[in-house]
Parts: sequence; C-alpha cells; structure tokens
Amino acid sequence: MSEPFIEVRGLRKFFNVGNNRILKAVHDISFTIAKGETLGLVGESGCGKSTAGRTMIRLYEPTAGSVTLDGVDVTKLSKSKLKAYRRKMQMIFQDPYASLNPRLTVLDIIGEALDIHGLAGSRAERKRRVEQLLEMVGLNAEHASRFPHEFSGGQRQRIGITRALAVEPEFIVCDEPISALDVSIQAQIINLLIDLQKKMGFTYLFVAHDLSMVKYMSDRVAVMYLGKIVELASSENLYAHPQHPYTQALLSAIPVPDPDLEAQKERIVLSGDLPSPVNPPSGCPFRTRCHAATERCAQETPEFREVRPNHWASCHYA
Amino acid sequence: MKTILDVQDLSVSFDVYGGVVQAVRGVSFSVKEGEAVAIVGESGSGKSVTAQTIMRLIATPPGKINRGSIVFDGQDLLSLSEKEMQKVRGNKIGMIFQDPMTSLNPTMTVGKQIMEGLMKHQRLSRSAAKKRAIELLSMVGIPHAESRISQYPHHFSGGMRQRVVIAIALACNPALLIADEPTTALDVTIQAQILRLMKDLQQQTKTSIILITHDLGIVADMCDRVIVMYAGQIVETGTKREIFRNPQHPYTKGLLNSLPRLDQAKDEPLVPIYGTPPDLIKPPQGCGFCSRCDEAMRICETDVPEMTAISDTQTVRCWLQHVRARPTEMDSGKGASA
Repeated sequence: MSEPFIEVRGLRKFFNVGNNRILKAVHDISFTIAKGETLGLVGESGCGKSTAGRTMIRLYEPTAGSVTLDGVDVTKLSKSKLKAYRRKMQMIFQDPYASLNPRLTVLDIIGEALDIHGLAGSRAERKRRVEQLLEMVGLNAEHASRFPHEFSGGQRQRIGITRALAVEPEFIVCDEPISALDVSIQAQIINLLIDLQKKMGFTYLFVAHDLSMVKYMSDRVAVMYLGKIVELASSENLYAHPQHPYTQALLSAIPVPDPDLEAQKERIVLSGDLPSPVNPPSGCPFRTRCHAATERCAQETPEFREVRPNHWASCHYA
Repeated sequence: MKTILDVQDLSVSFDVYGGVVQAVRGVSFSVKEGEAVAIVGESGSGKSVTAQTIMRLIATPPGKINRGSIVFDGQDLLSLSEKEMQKVRGNKIGMIFQDPMTSLNPTMTVGKQIMEGLMKHQRLSRSAAKKRAIELLSMVGIPHAESRISQYPHHFSGGMRQRVVIAIALACNPALLIADEPTTALDVTIQAQILRLMKDLQQQTKTSIILITHDLGIVADMCDRVIVMYAGQIVETGTKREIFRNPQHPYTKGLLNSLPRLDQAKDEPLVPIYGTPPDLIKPPQGCGFCSRCDEAMRICETDVPEMTAISDTQTVRCWLQHVRARPTEMDSGKGASA
C-alpha cells in the first residue's frame, strides 16, 4: 500500500455532559487512509462514528490525539491556517433537508464556499464555476437560481456534494450521505460518489450503518463500538472472515434481500442494548452483549492487534 | 384459508395548499388468515396512507376517501361510525408505528398504556388488566416486567419502547396487525431482535400481518406475499419467491437492481432508477412509472395498464406483460424474417 495520506493517532473526543460525567464518544482510535482510498466506518447509532468523522476535520476540537493530513498535523493548526486547510478536507452531511440554508439560492450556497476561499474572481466567473460544478453532479445550470425547497431529496444531496466539491478538496468525509434517501435514489448518489472519486482522485471516509452499501463503496472497513474501533480489515476480508464477535453479529443481523439466503442464514441475535458511553463496561466494551465473554474480558481490555495479515481486531479470542 | 381483509378500489386524496394530492389511486388487495403480507414502495408511494386508511386514522379534512371499500371480518370499515370504529381499532386490528419515541404517551406509565386497551375493549378489571399487562411485557421480552410496568417511556431504550408498542398492539389478540416501518428507527442489531420477536409472536398467535417497509431484506425475512406500490398504485403482487426471483414490473426489477449484492465489485456500477417519482398533485395520465422506465412505449404515457395475471399468485400492472403484448410465435423466429 502507498504512503498513508491521512494518519489518525490516538484520537479522542470526550464531551462533558454535566454532573462531572464524561461521555467518551471517541476513545483512542487510530488508523490510516491511503490516497484515493475509501475507508468505511460502520457501527450502531451512538458508537461515535459521526463524531470521529467530524473530529477528524476539526468540526469538533479533539480532546487528544493527532490527525495528520498530507504530512501536517491538523489538530495543531491555528485558526487562520486551519481555514486554508479546510480547502483540502470537506464534508457531505447526512440530512440534505437540514444541511442547506433554505434562504439562499443554490448559486449562493455553492458560491459561498468559493468566496470564503477566494476562488472566484468576478461575479460572472463565480456563476460560471457554479454552473460547471452543477453539471458535474448531474444537475443543470438553470438550477443555480433556485432555492433548496424546490428540489427532491436526491437532488438536494447532489447540491450538498457540489458544495463540498467546489473548493477542490482532497479528502471528503461522507457522513451517512444516503440514509435519508429512498432506495431507488441511493444507487444514483453512490454511483456519483464513485464516479467523482475516479475522476478527481478523492480520498473518502464513508460513515454509514448500511453494511451492504459500505462493503460496496469501501476498500477497507473499520467497525466501531462504544467509541472504539473493534475491527479493521479490507472489505472482502471483513465480510468473509469477521473476527470480532460484534462484527459477526452485526453482519448476521443485516436482512439480505434474497429469500433463499435469508432462509439459510443463521442469525446471531444480540441480547440487550448498547451500554451507555458515559459509563462503559470495564475491560472489553462489548463483553456485556458478547456470547463468548469470559472473566478475562471483564478484567483486561483487549489489545487492538493484527490477527491475520492486514486484519486487525480487538478481541482476546480472535 | 379465510380472507380476513379485503380492500377494493381504494382511493384517498388530500387537499393541500398546492392542489389535491392523489395519494392512493385505486388500490385492491386482500389478506388471508395467518398470512404475512409486505407492502413495499418508496416514500410517497401511498403505502402508509393505505394502512392508515384501514385503521381510519386519516384526518378528514384534509384527507378524503373518494372511492372503495375495506371489508374486514365481514364489515365494511368505511361505513362504520367513529364510535363503532373504536371497537375495531386496537381491538381487532392492532397497529405498530414507525417511531417508538413518539408513539407512546410520555406522561403515562407504560403499564397504564397497555391496560387502557384491555379495560376498554375486553372489559377487564383494573387488577386483571394489570396482570395481563405484566404477562404481555414478559412475552415481548422485557425483563422485570412487574417493576417496569410502573415506569414511563423515557426509562426505556428505543428497542425496548418498540417492544412496549408491540405489547400494546397485541394486547387484545387482534386478528390483524399492521406494522408501519416497525424497525426503521432502530439499529440493525436491535432490528434483528424486534423482527425475531414479531415472527415468533405471529407463529404463536396466528395473527395476520401487514408489514409496511422499504427494506427488501426485511421482506425476504418476514413475509409470505409482497405488494409493490408506486405512485399511489399497486404495480406488482406475488409470493416472496416470485417477486425476488421473477420480478415482472420494471420498477420492481429496478428496485432489486439498485441494491448492491454482497458479492458486487466496486468497478461494477449499481444500476439506479433514474429520475424521481411523479408529483401526485398532477398524477400522470398513463403508467405512473413511465417517466423513469427504460422500456416505456407510447401507450404507457396515455393509458394506465390493467393488472395482468402472470401466475395464480402473481399479477403485474405493465403494458409489456399485457396479454396482447406477450411474444407470439412470430416473435420467436418463424415469421421474423418476413
């Protein structure tokens, strides 16, 4: 594999939720992403996957750890330097209804990104650039003068993607970009993201809970549970040979749209709910729901180790 | 098997600021005793409106039931008064809503909410209702039911709340259970728990289920028969196997193709359905899907196709499958050169 383009080391994001209680949303995660690669980040709601994505591009200030992008530690950048660095890293948000300002036209929503980074000289140039970008994502130049409410969900997500593209970034965090969309529209957006990656060489962090889409999109996949990465492997390996009991349960829980496969499938149904991240279990965070948990799991926190070549998991018994 | 629900030619519209939305346009289907039927379709296809109309939960106005009949257990639900309907709702027909966070009353204990139906419909005494409520809570897998019963919904997690909702829906042993996206708001591991619970309970109680969902994976897991809706109409019905193995309508095919298979490589692009669903304020004159269909013909724009039977159990609303459009001997080679 080529040199890591992004290197995350010991990243932590804790929130103070009052009464001296600390919510450890992201608890010491480390990984790398190569240039042009897509890393999938999956897990249940509340596992910290979105927080991880947001902390990486400093939408949240990290509590500890470093994020190195192209040789520069993003977490140490001053405010003014960070602004210039934001050109390199952008985000596509989950909800295309909430992430676009309803009082701005599409021209201004996308134009704003150009203005902030001083990428458009004249008004005419700004307009031409926006129209060019809209056509790149499958919208028309005429759409520039419209407001977000005049678009469908899929079209709005295309506008959100255009805004991220406008500053010619290198790294894009896609935070559940398709989960608010209908099935027939999801494939359109996924194809667009893959197309753009091929043309522009983007590096993606693809945060999602739809495991079949993540497998399709990603080169490697990281599974998070209670703020920690419990398994990381190439997407083929992770799906074919999941090592961590949580990954195994998660994979077996996805209903497959095929009646025969579904009938054969042995489903591991996890008992209980996700423990509160304010007060996580001792030792292995997953032990309270794990079918294979022993005494050792309660006492020792399992190390995140390479259990097979390029396949990492944090389980004593993997 | 006895037919328990028979919906014929149901049409529902809503008066909104911009005009009249034709949300459901002539829907007919039936559900047999003990059967699990899935209604699939995207948002705005009319699947939830159909379900809510069966329960008579559509506010009129702005809603309006224009045509049709809903015969449940020999009674036309559309002709009942509100008072008579209250005897059916929550008693003979139970309903599970999508969002367990908002479908429970936050100011009432969970126990009271389960007991309410039991006391009203089954005329149980308070103490008998309480006993039954505890039984129901343990049946849906809530531990320590005796103490949990006096807690409020905010004491429960999302998955646990959905279990409470299921307990309420099943309290009076309904003959029909309507589940409107029961697991959409839940995580996959919790979804697996809830689906298994619903499946087990169905086998025990022999309740018929109408499951509304957009997740074809859940359909493959849970249902016997599938109804596919698009733009307010039923476009295809069939057994689970027919719909997944031999889909006939271009929309059903498109829906199945737009999902990645688990063995699909990244350089093999997904096949999306291009375009967006039509605006039902001005529903298309012909087939609802024709503007997004690769195989659309001239007739598709002008005439709504009829339901055509493919087999005893499968029907499709598409001109390509119409009796007169089926391949003839001439197409299969003999006369082709002429």
